[in-house]
Amino acid sequence: MSTIVEQAGAAAEAAAPERALRPPSYWPFVVPALVTVLAVIIFPWLFTIWMSFQEWKVGSPTTFVGLSNYLRLPADPRFVESVGHTLSYTALSVLLPLVLGTLAAVVFHARFPGRGLLRALFIMPMMATPVAIALVWTMMFHPQLGILNYLLSLVGLPPQLWVFHPGTVIPSLVLVETWQWTPLVMLIVLGGIASLPTEPYESAQIDGASTWQMFRYITLPLIMPFLFIAAMIRAIDAIKSFDIIFAITQGGPGSASETINLYLYSVAFVYYDLGYASAIAVVFFVLIVALTALLLVLRRRAQWNALGSDT
Amino acid sequence: MSVNTLLSRIGLAVGVFLIVSPAILFFLWMISLSVKFEVDNAAFPPVFWPEHFAWKNYTDVLSSNRFFTYFKNSVLVTGGATALAMLVGVPAGYGIARMAAHKSAIVILIARITPGLSYLIPLFLLFQWLGLLGTLWPQIIIHLVVTVPIVIWIMIGYFETTPIELEEAARIDGATRWQVFRHVALPVAKPGLAVAFILAVIFSWNNFVFGIVLAGRETRTLPVAVYNMISFDQLSWGPLAAAALIVTLPVLLLTVFAQRQIVAGLTAGAVKGG
Repeated sequence: MSTIVEQAGAAAEAAAPERALRPPSYWPFVVPALVTVLAVIIFPWLFTIWMSFQEWKVGSPTTFVGLSNYLRLPADPRFVESVGHTLSYTALSVLLPLVLGTLAAVVFHARFPGRGLLRALFIMPMMATPVAIALVWTMMFHPQLGILNYLLSLVGLPPQLWVFHPGTVIPSLVLVETWQWTPLVMLIVLGGIASLPTEPYESAQIDGASTWQMFRYITLPLIMPFLFIAAMIRAIDAIKSFDIIFAITQGGPGSASETINLYLYSVAFVYYDLGYASAIAVVFFVLIVALTALLLVLRRRAQWNALGSDT
Repeated sequence: MSVNTLLSRIGLAVGVFLIVSPAILFFLWMISLSVKFEVDNAAFPPVFWPEHFAWKNYTDVLSSNRFFTYFKNSVLVTGGATALAMLVGVPAGYGIARMAAHKSAIVILIARITPGLSYLIPLFLLFQWLGLLGTLWPQIIIHLVVTVPIVIWIMIGYFETTPIELEEAARIDGATRWQVFRHVALPVAKPGLAVAFILAVIFSWNNFVFGIVLAGRETRTLPVAVYNMISFDQLSWGPLAAAALIVTLPVLLLTVFAQRQIVAGLTAGAVKGG
């Protein structure tokens, strides 16, 4: 296939030597990927949308039911609850890594011996296999034998039930998510800090500014764009979080940590209610797009504010 | 002045320690769990350094014949999905960069924000219909959802920064576009190939959600096998922690040895993702 194209290309160029310098068509490079993307990304999407208008349980024929799958959603208490769980889980899983990751970036921006190795160790949580670390966290959360309650007892705090209590399960899972993903925020913000000009710091130093003042009034405003990017990526990943929650709690206890993604899994592959699951998938996707758009709007507004305060 | 520098040095050391210790202590504890017998793992207060090391935990996992099936499955799925993604994704990254078709990146962005589960429902039905469910093919194909966007995204970035003048010179000398790609563009973009390859391998190796739906008893990858150990076979912590460590060890080693490529890839993807 490629040789035919190659020969055809060569023949065309030989036939028109004066046109040899015109940029060639790059379509043949893209076609295989285009076919792949159509097959594994676009086709599933169109099929999901079509399915969301069908009543389809595995084993029985499909029937067109219009919007009724969508109309089931607001009346489904498990779905409504899962939206709440998803939003609180996402909000915490954006904010905490953002704050800690910025602090970590400030520290890693300094030069110190062993920096490269320590940075590698620091980013390990986000590269490690999620299921494997979820398993160890489950052991650490164990109310009687877990190391976390032992650590709490060392500082005189009462033992917690962590992921085994409806009231603490989401914060506990956020702890894992924060531990895992703070490094990504750190890397993005570190890239931002490294690109900053040095002049403002020099003149601030001459004016006798403290380290905190320099961070607050120079570094922070200048790295805002990077913080927004980090927040956006974090929000997209946190809202879709699956492996950690599924492996540690499977949405429990009860359904206290069941996010939209976990509920979607249950509807699709435990109850095999594929039409309804597709409707959840579509609504979930719209929610993610809306969240991304909201953050983009906030970012634009922040830029305008920055411009406004400058002038 | 020197007191000040000393103080700021100490402050920095404390800061570094506070920031890095959660990661280090976690993995040390993971190792500790994996080399202890049940008596030590169930002890309170916890035992950090056991008197007797339970190397048996590791030999048990490694000598189970199913472990090698799962390991082989993981290698085939990750290897297959990465190889295919490089094959179609690298030329695509080149084509998109040269055509400056930045709008096509929207598809990559959509792929990035779509939850993995929403691909699973239709593709699961498709694989069932095609009768592929007992084989590794469904997993190899669906892992393309992860690997192809990574490869394309990173390669666009690298090909955009490689100079076009070299390619023009080669074309003047009569090279075809394929020859230009193969002998001029590709060698220059070698660091990008490494970055794309490493990230695709890591994210495919770590993937769990596709496996729990698509893998049968004989086609499980390692993350799915470890998850099934928790729920069914194994309740003692030592062997579980050992299995978890074995599963994630290749990725951790890659992180240490290819740190530069990983950081470059993640921040490029991230910054451009905005």
